[in-house]
Amino acid sequence: MSELTNFTLAEARDAVAAKKISSRELTAAFVKAVEAARPLNAFITETPDRALEMAAASDARIAKGQAGALEGLPLAIKDLFCTKGVRTTAGSNILSNFVPPYESTVTQNLWNAGAVMLGKVNLDEFAMGSSTETSAFGPVISPWRTAGSNAQLVPGGSSGGSAAAVAANLCLAATGTDTGGSIRQPAALTGTVGIKPTYGRCSRWGIVAFASSLDQAGPMTRTVRDAAILLGAMASVDPKDSTSVDMPVPDYEATLEGGVKGLRVGIPKEYRIDGALPEIDAIWTKGAEWLKAQGAEIVEVSLPHTKYALPTYYILAPAEASSNLARYDGVRYGHRTEGATELIDLYEKSRAEGFGKEVRRRILIGTYVLSAGYYDAYYARAQKVRSLIARDFSRAFEKCDVLLTPATPGPAFGIGEETADPVAMYLNDVFTVTVNLAGLPGLSVPAGLTAAGLPLGLQLIGKAFDEATVLRVGRALEIAANFTAKPQNWWRAA
Amino acid sequence: MSASGSKYIQGSTGPWEIVIGLEVHAQVLSKAKLFSSASTEFGADPNSQVSFVDAAMPGMLPVINKKCVEQAVRTGLGLKAQINLFSVFDRKNYFYPDLPAGYQISQFKNPIVGEGEVLIDLKGGETARVGIERLHLEQDAGKSLHDQHPDHSYVDLNRCGVALMEIVSRPDMRSSDEAAAYVKKLRAIMRYLGTCDGNMDEGSMRADVNVSVRKPGAELGTRCEIKNVNSIRFIGQAIDFEARRQVDVIEAGGTIKQETRLFDSKLGETRPMRSKEEAHDYRYFPDPDLLPLVLEQAWVDGIAASLPELPDEKKARFVALGLSAYDASVLVAEKETADYFEAMLAEGADAKAAANWLNNEYFGRINKAGYTLAEGPISAAANSAIVQMISSNMISGKIAKDLLDIVWEEGGDPRVVVETRGLKQVTDTGAIEKAVDAVIAANPDKVAAAKLKPQLAGWFVGQVMKSTGGKANPGVVNAILKTRLGLPDEG
Repeated sequence: MSELTNFTLAEARDAVAAKKISSRELTAAFVKAVEAARPLNAFITETPDRALEMAAASDARIAKGQAGALEGLPLAIKDLFCTKGVRTTAGSNILSNFVPPYESTVTQNLWNAGAVMLGKVNLDEFAMGSSTETSAFGPVISPWRTAGSNAQLVPGGSSGGSAAAVAANLCLAATGTDTGGSIRQPAALTGTVGIKPTYGRCSRWGIVAFASSLDQAGPMTRTVRDAAILLGAMASVDPKDSTSVDMPVPDYEATLEGGVKGLRVGIPKEYRIDGALPEIDAIWTKGAEWLKAQGAEIVEVSLPHTKYALPTYYILAPAEASSNLARYDGVRYGHRTEGATELIDLYEKSRAEGFGKEVRRRILIGTYVLSAGYYDAYYARAQKVRSLIARDFSRAFEKCDVLLTPATPGPAFGIGEETADPVAMYLNDVFTVTVNLAGLPGLSVPAGLTAAGLPLGLQLIGKAFDEATVLRVGRALEIAANFTAKPQNWWRAA
Repeated sequence: MSASGSKYIQGSTGPWEIVIGLEVHAQVLSKAKLFSSASTEFGADPNSQVSFVDAAMPGMLPVINKKCVEQAVRTGLGLKAQINLFSVFDRKNYFYPDLPAGYQISQFKNPIVGEGEVLIDLKGGETARVGIERLHLEQDAGKSLHDQHPDHSYVDLNRCGVALMEIVSRPDMRSSDEAAAYVKKLRAIMRYLGTCDGNMDEGSMRADVNVSVRKPGAELGTRCEIKNVNSIRFIGQAIDFEARRQVDVIEAGGTIKQETRLFDSKLGETRPMRSKEEAHDYRYFPDPDLLPLVLEQAWVDGIAASLPELPDEKKARFVALGLSAYDASVLVAEKETADYFEAMLAEGADAKAAANWLNNEYFGRINKAGYTLAEGPISAAANSAIVQMISSNMISGKIAKDLLDIVWEEGGDPRVVVETRGLKQVTDTGAIEKAVDAVIAANPDKVAAAKLKPQLAGWFVGQVMKSTGGKANPGVVNAILKTRLGLPDEG
């Protein structure tokens, strides 16, 4: 049975559709894999019974010829998506007992397409982090290890549970969310594919909010084709989300093999930064060569405000978060302190007990930058820089169709290695936050391994709502990179 | 607008001028809340009208209710105000249990409606202009209930998220009477427009009152803001108390501290709110869950074209029909009244006669009985019939009052009542001559006296009316009497 878990989403879909395997067989294999992989701490809540029920229902629909696009395919859901009747924690103590009475639009779209839920996967608390170490449910351990070492590595974050589950074949694919790189960075660190679509492509309704103007849901998969399939099912305009955009969702899979001939691929010179690993530069250069060899034209472009992106992000995202997280006050749901003596005491204790250190840090930063007397210097100025960053991209896209950049400044690092220095941790997002600030689609594709045997990813950035081109170029990179490495299955032995 | 002397209040150092500006919170008439589909019905069981959005559940998002936007634009147009085609919703952040999200969605820098004006009707038919600075849309908060349990507070979120229009005036008012007239006029305009029911006892309208005092002609003084006053009477009391307090403080050598105060209606006084309640840094910023609100001019024009006739225009039309400015302003003050009046005209009554009848007779009875116009027992058609019978001399003014009593008590069609009870005025000169002659014959001494003192003719008129049961036409009686008594016809 174990080879069933090696299927890609597309392979499993075709096998189920051809009735070569049932959804129940497939789901049972993944349920077993999930149980066996508990040392990775990828799941916060496993839902095996529900998974098997959903699989049985899928098989019934298949028998009646009513199969949806994802019929019977088991997925892992980031625990930031509210799932009706299934605990949704956001990786936080403050929501550790929260069971939503509603289903997020994105997950509802998946269930409507016939998908099966294996459970809710771990993440940085409220998606605030780049290593999945800030989770109140403990860190996710990457399935990857440096060659010849047993040291525990991070899977990246915040969608680290999703990335680990996809990389370790604990699911066919997973949902992630990306506010500053939370899909693309863990994808790069675990040798998986992740796309953050254009802001507005997927509904945010029912996703626990971190920074509303930056948050986007997206797929995390083992192949570019799988990402194309899953994105097609997740995306929709939603009258319940005023920021979702009414644009037709194309058949991404249909145009996937279109090649890159004649496409102009921009290389932004500002993404060559001091302190990045030489191997990053090398893989980036190689990526450009691969695309050129397939007929693309490589052009150098400039994104002059890139260096301001990280500070801009770390003003705007915490500002929005400080307000978005005000609702967790211990009054209506979630954690409430015992024995508060009066109202302010109730707020202070409930929130101090409920939120972890990184979340508290960002609430403080956000509150500070919005305060009277500081607003103009921080928040208002950051908004202006955000516009300049977006303008950089529009100008670059006058000269090219897609941008190629590294996904991260380095490979996975050790558990606990960067937790002491928040600024070092924030630097993980240096190549990804610009994309969120501009609201553009960004795809991370595995491109190779470091000398120590750890995955590295390349990022493709597209024009707004042009995910089709991004995925098509991603597929070309994937073919050229021929990335077949998989982590050794050490966790089952553990 | 200039302040008349009577508006000043006297201090030990001479007269002081009161300067008043109001922020009125008016609940938008709409079935659903500003950003959720929960009902806005008044008086439901606690927490029975709360959506996931209102309760600020994780991942819930606001979606603007178009009806509320339309109502705000409608109100703006009624205030002859600038409609901003681009406006922005901001978050006003503070913690309180009746504010589940920890922020109120409001409009801070870019409101939906800009500068406008309200003309207020003052005593004696004068009008004055009060400038409107802005109108913006915002969410109402829920309600904390502190009296349900000895050591717990409860929260009712039914109101939470209901759409309010905050209407901010310029500091253009100079007395509590003007402030009251402003609130009444604003309420009338919104009732005409159907954008706010104006029911202050249900909390549909509340006001924050800004008061300062100055020596006439001097710079503006430091103001105090009296929060959340919920009746027109209390607004007046709060202003009068606060102005006197400020004058007393300044004249005693003190200075006014800019602060937020509350009005205690039991004690009739204002006092400072605890500093904790006002020490907020609201950290306003644009709500990232909502796009800027962009309106199309054509849509606004469509609303403008559908606007009903408003009080000022109606008043002008009534004056053109021959009414005095005062009568017209009384009739247009409430839409219900104006509608009633117009229904009487539609039934055929003369405008001036109908206005006189309502203002001098009918409204008095309604008020005395404690009824609203709608609760009163007499329809506009019935009152119109009475007025028409007076105008055509079918009944006298005196009979009309008796008729009103009968119809008030017993109901019925006034024309039928007049027929069946024989209340018709007698204009048959033969019958009146007979009655006059009878009175003259019975009072020879009075006849002699009247010849010397013509004013005594009035006594004869009274007697004739008495003997005819009030039905004789007084004009005819007069003319016949003068002839019979040989008095000069001085017109």
